[in-house]
Order: sequence, then structure tokens, then C-alpha cells
Amino acid sequence: MSDASVAIRCRVNGDNVELSGHPMARLLDALRRELHLTGTKEGCGEGECGACAIMIDGRLVNSCLVPLVHADGAAITTIEGVADGDRLHAVQEAFIACGAAQCGICTPGMVLAAVDLLERTPNPTDADIRAGLAGNLCRCTGYMRIFEAVVAACGRPPASSNAGTRP
Amino acid sequence: MRAYLPHYELRAPNNLPAVLALLADAPGEWRPFAGGTDLMVLFESGKLPRGKYVSLWGLTELSGIEATAGVVTLGALTTYTDIRAHPVLRSEFPLLCRAAAETGGIATQNRGTIGGNIANASPAADSPPALLVYDAELELISARGSRRVPYHLFHTGYKQMDLRPDEIIRRIHLPRGRASWRQTYRKVGTRKAQAISKVCFAAAADVEGELVRDIRIALGSVAPVVIRCTHAEASLRGTRRDAAANDAVRRALAQDISPIDDLRSTAEYRMRVAENLLIQFLSELTP
Repeated sequence: MSDASVAIRCRVNGDNVELSGHPMARLLDALRRELHLTGTKEGCGEGECGACAIMIDGRLVNSCLVPLVHADGAAITTIEGVADGDRLHAVQEAFIACGAAQCGICTPGMVLAAVDLLERTPNPTDADIRAGLAGNLCRCTGYMRIFEAVVAACGRPPASSNAGTRP
Repeated sequence: MRAYLPHYELRAPNNLPAVLALLADAPGEWRPFAGGTDLMVLFESGKLPRGKYVSLWGLTELSGIEATAGVVTLGALTTYTDIRAHPVLRSEFPLLCRAAAETGGIATQNRGTIGGNIANASPAADSPPALLVYDAELELISARGSRRVPYHLFHTGYKQMDLRPDEIIRRIHLPRGRASWRQTYRKVGTRKAQAISKVCFAAAADVEGELVRDIRIALGSVAPVVIRCTHAEASLRGTRRDAAANDAVRRALAQDISPIDDLRSTAEYRMRVAENLLIQFLSELTP
């Protein structure tokens, strides 16, 4: 029906970029294939798992559900833009310190969901952390170390009163 | 299996008149596309009907929440996140905020829209039961003009709506004045987050002592559309709460809903849970 491609402009991790493609093409694919930002992962491809999470205009979204045309004019942050140069974000440091990753496919989305949570809620309760990560699935870790990493990233002592409970 | 991109067109005009002109020129040919949290899932699985889509995302004419003395108005593109954050909705329309909080994860709530949730017309959608309880009214718009439809008359059958091919939902109007009503919302799913409902229950009652002056009861996932339970409401309106009348309430509810077996639950379970949620709500109305 339509081979018409569109050209859009957006900012990705602080750089102005121009992307072209089918307007309904997934932003996830544009980021990975055109910009080679392969830190953003595809898990389920249907908005359930959060592996493809990125920030658009300061809001967490699943890039597998965003058509390319909706990125026109947007400010996008992918996992590659979370660290400040060589200095890792506190959430990234905490994920390393707590061993919060195994296979790694969910990790970029988990980190972005945690960064988003801490930006909205700097001192989250345990329930806030669980709700903030509810859209991100992990099939390896059992979630405890991820949960502990987020607790550590907001400066709480690692062995909180909830250690050992399931998130 | 993912759909084949060249089978689709997605146009993104930057203003509402341009969208309405497109819809008017070829009624039925263009379908509206908002946050994409349903349509992109269908697209991914190869189930999105081929054809032309017009993006509404970002149109300022369809955005924003306004509160006046008598009514709160939500633009069709209001996201679940917008709903959860709005102070008037939080204080006067808590069931809608609960529904928004229980729809998907944060990333979905940031993109999913109230208008999309209505127009997707799923009988398992989470916000419609709350909208029914609050007597919501929809404002529809086309190049021909706008009209209003009470929300309880909007869904006419499974995935059928009182929405003409050239029309889109512009706003949702919520009358104020129910803040003192006793209200409850319960979504029953397989897990706490990211689940699709087996049963979704919303109710509000205006009570004085044991007298139920007025009541609204709505259920999702128990009929071809999300429904107001008018028989159950009529059996309760103007009566004094009496647990001995619960059997009559159950019988009235059975006239309202027609649950089925599907991949998420069974008719029997849904009927039992719907009854129990209503009886529990009623039991909490009187001291």
C-alpha cells in the first residue's frame, strides 16, 4: 500500500539525528539498526517485558510499541545515554555492586525503569520500587538482586528490613 | 509473525482539522491511531488490519484535563499517567485513578490513552467500569460537527460502538459532585501487575445510614461489552441495606451479566467473583 518513507528529526542521547523509514516502523528497530544503539533489547516485542524501554521526553516507554513517526521532535535517552561519559549512573553502579544481572537482556530496561523511578520518586518505598519495576520482566535473577540494587542506588543500607522478601 | 510494513500507511497531521478532513474525505478508510499500546501489539503479531491509519498522538486539541465547577473534562489523548497525577481526579474520581494505576506498567501508562482504551472497545478494558460509575459522557467530533453520547450507550455490542467512520472521540466529560459517595474498584487478574482482567468491578453508592439513595455498579470482562448493572442497581436503589436481601441482589445481577469461558477464566468463576465483589461492597456500606 505504501512505500512512502518519512524523515524525522530527534535528539538521541544529546545528539541531533535524522532517521528515515516507514512511519509505522518500530522505533526500537531504528535505534538498533540505523543508529547501532544495540543496548536497547527486544524481548517480547509486545510491550509486556520492558527490555526495549527507553526514555522519550523524560517518560519511560517501550520502544517496540512506538512508531517511528512519533519520535519526530522527541528527546530520547537510551541505555547508552544513562552514564555521564565514563562515569556510570548510581543505578548502574548499584547493579554491578549487587550482581543484579545474569543473562543481561532485561538489564538495560531495568536500569532505565529504575532511573525513571528515582527521578520521579527519590526516596521510594519498597512498594514504590516493586510498582516501578512491574513492567520489566527478568527470567534469570528472581528479581531480589535487582530490587536490592535499586534500594542501594537510593542510598538506603543494602540489608533493609525487607531483605529476603519477594519483590 | 510480524506484519509487512508496506501493507500499512500511517499519516501524522499536526492539527485536528487536518485529521477530520482526512476522515471525511474517505469515511472508513482511515483508522485513528493514538498511543499505539494496543495497535502496535496487533501489528507485531500480524493481526493489525491492513490499511491506512491516521495518528492523533501529540494533537493539542485532544489533550489536557480541565476542571470547571460542574464537570471535569479529559482530552481523548489523556494518558494513564496524566490521570494518576491529576489532583482533582485523585480526590473526586479515585476509581478512575485506580484503573489507570492497574493498567499495564509505567511504560504503558505513559503512552496508553483514555480515548484509545474506550475506542479499542475491549470488554476487558480497565477504565470503562470507572467511567460508567461516574456517568461519563463522550464528546465525538467529525468535520460535520460534534455530538455527545452518554457513555453507557456508546458500546452497542462486542467491539461495536456508536462511532461513525468519520468521527473520533474528542473528550470525556465527568460530572462532579460524587466525592461523598462510597466507592470501590477491584480488578481481579492472574497477577498483581500487568494482567488482563478476569473480572473488573467498580461501584459507587450514595448512602445515608442504611438507606441506599442511589447507586452505580459496573463490571468488565463479564459480557460482550463493559456494562452498567441496571437490574442490580434497581434492586438496591431506594432500599435499606439488609443482608437478607442478598439473594435477590444476586438474582438481579445474573440478569445483567453473561460471563463466558475463555483463555483467562471461566463463566462460573466470573459469575461467583462478580457476585462476591458486589456483596462485599454492599456489606461495607453499612456499619
